[in-house]
Amino acid sequence: MTWFKRQSGHLDTSGEKKVRTEGLWVKCEGCRQIIWKKDLEDNLNVCPQCAKHFRIDARARLAQLLDDDLYEVFDSNLVSTDPLKFVDLKAYSSRLQAAKKDTGLKDAIINAHGKLNGRPIIISAMAYSFIGGSMGAVVGEAITRAIEKAIELRRPIVIVSASGGARMMEGVISLMQLAKISAALARLDAAKIPYISVLTDPTTGGVTASFAMLGDLNIAEPGALIGFAGPRVIEQTIRQKLPVGFQRSEFLLEHGMLDAVVPRKELKPYIARALDFMVQAA
Amino acid sequence: MLSMMEEHHPKKNGNKRTGNSGLKAQQELVRIEAQITRLQSMQGQSGDTPQQIERLNQRVNDLRREVASQLNAWERTELARHPQRPYTLDYVERIFTDWSEIHGDRGFRDDPAIVCGMARFHGEEVIIVGQQKARDAKQRIYRNFGMPHPEGYRKALRVMKIAEKFKRPIFTFVDTDGAYPGLHAEERGQGEAIARNLLEMARLEVPIVTTVIGVGGSGGALAIAVADRVLMMENAVYSVISPEGCASIMWRDPTKKDLAAEAMKITAKDLSALGCIDGIVPEPPGGAHTDHAQAAELLNTALQQNLAAIKHLPAPELLETRYRKFRDMAQFFEVEA
Ligand SMILES: [Zn+2]
Repeated sequence: MTWFKRQSGHLDTSGEKKVRTEGLWVKCEGCRQIIWKKDLEDNLNVCPQCAKHFRIDARARLAQLLDDDLYEVFDSNLVSTDPLKFVDLKAYSSRLQAAKKDTGLKDAIINAHGKLNGRPIIISAMAYSFIGGSMGAVVGEAITRAIEKAIELRRPIVIVSASGGARMMEGVISLMQLAKISAALARLDAAKIPYISVLTDPTTGGVTASFAMLGDLNIAEPGALIGFAGPRVIEQTIRQKLPVGFQRSEFLLEHGMLDAVVPRKELKPYIARALDFMVQAA
Repeated sequence: MLSMMEEHHPKKNGNKRTGNSGLKAQQELVRIEAQITRLQSMQGQSGDTPQQIERLNQRVNDLRREVASQLNAWERTELARHPQRPYTLDYVERIFTDWSEIHGDRGFRDDPAIVCGMARFHGEEVIIVGQQKARDAKQRIYRNFGMPHPEGYRKALRVMKIAEKFKRPIFTFVDTDGAYPGLHAEERGQGEAIARNLLEMARLEVPIVTTVIGVGGSGGALAIAVADRVLMMENAVYSVISPEGCASIMWRDPTKKDLAAEAMKITAKDLSALGCIDGIVPEPPGGAHTDHAQAAELLNTALQQNLAAIKHLPAPELLETRYRKFRDMAQFFEVEA
């Protein structure tokens, strides 16, 4: 495990219990083939056999989207104060400690400055491996600051979502982040700064019900679970099985809820193309 | 006449979670109410009965207040969901005049889980938007238990933009367990509909006063609650997920809903302390469901005060203040070296 983390740091297996990571091989959940991890990583963690998009962590995402793997992180020192002193079967404070240790992050978000095909840009990338990418006060503040920075510097912003939604352990405080970020996006919109929302597996709950759906363009990786309510909650509510492919990127595209489904290796050129369109020459 | 606690917790009388003095108050309440009933049946037989009844009624109110002040978060959740609690249209009827409903999202259908319309508030033209629950079985289904579909939120936004165009203030009333978690709601973009409202409400150039009158269920509530003033009725709750939902995820046991309710800090008092709401609207001593007229009167006063405080602000100042409020809200983080 140590080798895996330090060497690659790319494959996020936290949420994928079915993916076995024994040494150098990975079993693909999509096609059940055994893949050499090196091949997988060389292919941006997309299965070379069936094109299943594996979850990747926020750092890998930034490296893939920004030129020369180069980026400067900002607002990376914000930490939750556990405002409700929330305790369920475990204390939230200890969940936070464990997540920090496992991920090397302070919360489920990385803000970065970098260049995308030579164009200065801000990316806010969510980390699903940090408590399911859930959004509490820190994530809300970091994303808001990224948006404000984009307004201040008049730079395009990309937010890459990977989140189960609001962080229950921060109660209504987490809910209020939806309003805060959306209000900041209203100002970004008024300033006519481009915002591209990239939805990755999974993007659900309060993240879908706020910034993930508010881009000038909302684009998703193939096969990502995207929805407001979780599939289990829906099944319990309507008491019937959900159709195959329900709440996957392709389903949302078909229902008019996404602008495009873009494979990972085409993501960077797609964004570059869109920014060419959106950014006027000074 | 039953006491609030009996009516609401038929099996829970003497529950250990109610504090000791709360329990005493409750027992006294039951005793006095029986006494009042007895006296009422003897009316006319004795000259001083009316005064006696009056005195006892006063005591009942005090006791109810005492019981109410000690309710825990789960008990308050049950009150917030009480089927006799006034719903949006109950308040509209009592507080406003000349109500004229506006239907439909112009895209798909009219969602009866959200009602919108024009009305007059002390003579002033206003727009009203609110989630609507219902009491009898048929109506409850018609209203989808107050759980809106995307078209409900889109209708709300459409109508709020009418308010903006004609420079009329907006009152919204939140009372929903949440946005409906159904297949068609997902197909039609529940997430997008809520998100759009959050963004647009943040920049609507007219005063907005929101009151959580019952249940404020997560994003489905917030979607009509990005307001200059967000009030909560004394027994209302506002949460990111239902206590049952939180319990089944975090405790892996939905019966731990009382623990979840407590842990999430969902009561008006808690949320006021956390700075997430702007004010608490008092309710009649036993809760809004015991006296709709008085509940409406108390809400009426609060709405008047809150609207008066913001309605003369020029639009840029109004928007800046609204932005700052949400921008600076819930800042619970620290900067680690
Ligand atoms: Zn595969």
